[in-house]
Amino acid sequence: MLKLRQQFERMHQLVLPFSVLVVLLIINLIKGADYFKITLINGVLYGNIPNILFGASELVILSIGMTLVTAAARGQDISIGESGAISSAIFVQYVLRSGNVTIWTILAGLMISCAAGLVIGAFNGTLVSFFNVQPMVATLILFLGGRSIAFIIDGKVSPILANPISNQIGTVIPGVPIQTPIILTAVFIVIVAVILRTTNLRLYVEAVGVNPSAARLNGINPKKVIFLTFLIMGVCSAVAGFIAVNKAGRHDSVNLLKFIMMDAILAVALGGNSLAGGKFSITGSILGAYTIEVLNRTLLRLEVNPEAIKAFKAVFIIILMIIASPVVRDSGRRILDKLKASIAGPAARQRSGLPQAAAPFTDRTVQKEE
Amino acid sequence: MQNEIILKMEGICKSFPGVRALDNVDFMLRRGEIHALMGENGAGKSTLIKILTGVYQKDAGQVYFEGRPVHFRSPQDAQNNGIGTVFQEIALCSNLTVAENMFIGRSRSAFVSWKKMNEQAAEMLASLGIPASPTQELASCSIAVQQMIAIARAVAMDCRILILDEPTSSLDEDETKKLFSLMRALKARGVGIIFITHFIDQVYEISDRITVLRNGKLIGEYLTEELPQIELVSKMMGKALGDVSAIKKHEPPQAEDSVPVVEARGLSSAAGVRPFDFAIHAGEVNGFAGLLGSGRSESVRAIFAADKVTGGEVKIKGRRVKIKTPLDAMKQGIGYLPEDRKNDGIIEDLSVRDNIILALQVLKGFFRPLSRTEAEEFANKYVQLLGIKTASLDTPIRSLSGGNQQKAILARWLLTKPMYLILDEPTRGIDVGTKVEIQKLVLQLAAEGMSLTFISSEIDEMLRVCSRLIVLKDRQIVGELSGVNLTEQNVMQMIAQGGEWGA
Repeated sequence: MLKLRQQFERMHQLVLPFSVLVVLLIINLIKGADYFKITLINGVLYGNIPNILFGASELVILSIGMTLVTAAARGQDISIGESGAISSAIFVQYVLRSGNVTIWTILAGLMISCAAGLVIGAFNGTLVSFFNVQPMVATLILFLGGRSIAFIIDGKVSPILANPISNQIGTVIPGVPIQTPIILTAVFIVIVAVILRTTNLRLYVEAVGVNPSAARLNGINPKKVIFLTFLIMGVCSAVAGFIAVNKAGRHDSVNLLKFIMMDAILAVALGGNSLAGGKFSITGSILGAYTIEVLNRTLLRLEVNPEAIKAFKAVFIIILMIIASPVVRDSGRRILDKLKASIAGPAARQRSGLPQAAAPFTDRTVQKEE
Repeated sequence: MQNEIILKMEGICKSFPGVRALDNVDFMLRRGEIHALMGENGAGKSTLIKILTGVYQKDAGQVYFEGRPVHFRSPQDAQNNGIGTVFQEIALCSNLTVAENMFIGRSRSAFVSWKKMNEQAAEMLASLGIPASPTQELASCSIAVQQMIAIARAVAMDCRILILDEPTSSLDEDETKKLFSLMRALKARGVGIIFITHFIDQVYEISDRITVLRNGKLIGEYLTEELPQIELVSKMMGKALGDVSAIKKHEPPQAEDSVPVVEARGLSSAAGVRPFDFAIHAGEVNGFAGLLGSGRSESVRAIFAADKVTGGEVKIKGRRVKIKTPLDAMKQGIGYLPEDRKNDGIIEDLSVRDNIILALQVLKGFFRPLSRTEAEEFANKYVQLLGIKTASLDTPIRSLSGGNQQKAILARWLLTKPMYLILDEPTRGIDVGTKVEIQKLVLQLAAEGMSLTFISSEIDEMLRVCSRLIVLKDRQIVGELSGVNLTEQNVMQMIAQGGEWGA
């Protein structure tokens, strides 16, 4: 019983994004019962679900980096789209200049763009961790200047990336039934999971995010940890830029991954993570990212005027954030307690004072035992 | 004038979950007097002040202000009724001018006459002898002047009671003198001043009366001139809390010429400790004694490199080592349980398990995480060993009681098997039972060969546990006591007199 409850407590952070996802899927089902239908065209799976997984790939990868930056630095990186645009511009230039394009060219290009991502991450990370600039202010620099840099690297408007391998990375590899970006995203998630298992990244990041002073006195260097999360963010941006540019088939320095940091921040928040840092759930952020993609597509499917989609999205998010806010959750708990008490009589009222009675909400109840 | 009572607090009680912060405390303030409120940390000084100023609501008792019973609902309320407070950290806006800071938030109209405001400010600054111009930006004034302007702000609001909470802790000698002359000027105007400080010499320089609190209880009210320093110190530190006679002090078997486990020469840090020497042998328990602010914590923090080390050298078992960061210290087998459990000790949102394994995990390194089973095993072992009361290992540590949090932090360091463990106020704010447990544990660890430094505000506790005491006053070592000389009387004498040859 206790084990189960602990499991539940660990999971409860995911309840919000998960239930929103379910509600959205139900809305879609009502709109048309064939929502989950998947068809096989030329040996590849297509349908709403594959489309969602395909469309959300960049956002999922970026939200992973954003989760780590948020947790450690207690702030957000708003230059991720620009950082992706720069590193993918370098990728495109490398591929275009290396005559014969093989899979090794592409891989080398990816490595080079990841290195560029690391440099950008190091730049942001240095400002934040060593110069104590607030993350949003520090990353504002590249947010403003990044696209110009990407354009300068391009040398002209939208260089075209026309080679068969890029095309396969952006769409499908013949003989594989799943679109390549979906596979790449899955591989990325697995790599992150392995890193979290084989290193102390989580413990260090959470300790620094919760209490940097105590972390320091336990031998953790908060500056280095924050710097590291920006490096990881840089790699995430580079990979997301790589997928985006291969999907598009050309490098549009103005529109590539434009304003995606807003969705990435939202994904982190939807995943039940505090934007003020501390404990984090990457699973939550990934669920949040997919939820945002589903929301976008649902609004399209409901034939909302494309111009009005943003307004609808805003309303939806306001409702979500209010439901998830501690104020509503606290009063929700109080109402629940009262209901329980009035149903079960005074015996239950005594029990409802114990922390167990409020299990789903224990993150808010601070019960002193003294 | 001095005999007219303007403030009377009677039978004030206040409890927080698990702690009785104030127990039936009386306090009286007369017009035109400077009244020092003394007591070690946790004595209840700040709780009393917070009740007076409406930050906390009292559980029982009555407050009379100028004869009328009053009840302030908020600090704003208290301020409007003539009780001004100036805290250690200056609560002003450094980017506004001096005059703006003095009058901000006081005008009921949306319009401001800058000319009139500046004139009024100039007049007030002149009458109080504060060397600042009304149109000057606050940030350009020295800390002392800023402190004075905060006081002037309170005075401008027609306060009849002024509370100064550690106003001198960041001032140098000269600045303190200036502040004192301002306090005397206010006293002459009939303002009653409550003065809180940890500097005993300042109390004797400026105050008329002293009220001593200890562990939430009133010890007494005294005329400053009738209370010798040594008695004040003894009243503040107090007597033993019974039930602890069972503890037997462990006498280290060490020979005097053996190589110390940790030895420091001329160590100083950015936190402002004067260079000091230090040595501890295997199986020894020593302590740093002194009042709060005497540099006890700063000294041990310098050994652990918790503050930036600015000079000196450290030897571990006779070998010179470089300790620049806490991690360096940990690698040398030094552990440090910090004084401020909440801000420097616990990682409040993380689980009890993560909190316990943290230091060991960091020592093992970033790429070598403990497996879940290992972590569980280690944490469980110490939860049982120290009797940490927690619902589960997954419980966030912040929902544990203070004593259990402290035990978990202790477990964290014991898990790293340190050679030398520094415990800075390990028993503060925790119940008597746990206190005794921790004391026993310290002696047991020493018997097993560990060296420990044990710091406490309660002198009795240190006398029970430590075999040697290093006595500090005003951030300087004034002496060392061990063996037969290690008595409460001697410690107090040293603290009280230690500074006199310096003054």
